[in-house]
Amino acid sequence: MSAIQPKVSEPVSDELALVQAAKGGDVGAFEELVRRYDRNVFRIAQHITQNREDAEDVVQDAFLKAYGNLNQFQGQSKFYTWLVRIAVNEALMKLRRRRPERMVSLDEDVKTEEDSLPREVADWSPNPEQQYSQAELREILSRTIQGLPASFRTVFVLRDVEGLSTEETAEALDLSIPAVKSRLLRARLQLRERLSRYFRRRESADGRPNNDGDGNQ
Amino acid sequence: MKCADFLQELTNYLDGAIDDHTKAELEDHLAWCHNCYVVCDTTKKTIEIYRDSKLYELPEDLRTRLRTAIVSKCQAKKKAGPERV
Repeated sequence: MSAIQPKVSEPVSDELALVQAAKGGDVGAFEELVRRYDRNVFRIAQHITQNREDAEDVVQDAFLKAYGNLNQFQGQSKFYTWLVRIAVNEALMKLRRRRPERMVSLDEDVKTEEDSLPREVADWSPNPEQQYSQAELREILSRTIQGLPASFRTVFVLRDVEGLSTEETAEALDLSIPAVKSRLLRARLQLRERLSRYFRRRESADGRPNNDGDGNQ
Repeated sequence: MKCADFLQELTNYLDGAIDDHTKAELEDHLAWCHNCYVVCDTTKKTIEIYRDSKLYELPEDLRTRLRTAIVSKCQAKKKAGPERV
């Protein structure tokens, strides 16, 4: 089985020049940085807050905070990693405000070792996502990821949806590399377990698999 | 190798972050353990489905509205002078 292919990110060679120009007061250069990353920040924010309005606020607040603190960006990390760190903090603040009854922290190390152990080991249909309409699939994926603790969800989104490296994720979340790896493993296994309920290969009454991609669905 | 050992290495395996020796051991396990093969395969599919899902895309009109608001606030900050932190 081959490894998953990492997302190819756009070249960022001119990025430091844009940051420098923005630091010098060039709002147009900052606008270009907003164009580059607004979609990513929105996705991350919505994954964490699970709320559209909150995600919109996070996009605005994170970019404004980044603009106001550009002088603190030293260029040791990528601008994007630095921005993600700001966005994650803003999103967590929103989440805490909305759910004050539950402490939300990235440090929480939810003890769910047994939750991560695979129970459902049935194989999936060949193209499981095609069994559902686009709208149904979005609902399934959205509801499934909402069930994860915020600390797992955030690591999964940064690593697997946004394609940050383990090191960049650790830096953006202020976690150690082993902590990122452990949460990522558990997030992936828990999502897999939950999606299996929707995507497992269906057996027909005579025991033969159907939905087998032969067009006779 | 036991299934629990395989699971511990699953993330490194899927990310291609392991040495050749460990990779060979894991693939040897996968060759005979059907359960681990299914877990590995469906975990990989889970990642790919989320990555390709276009869940939470920012609609173009909202995107423009947010960017306009951000830029105008940045202009206002610029006029107000540099922020002292």
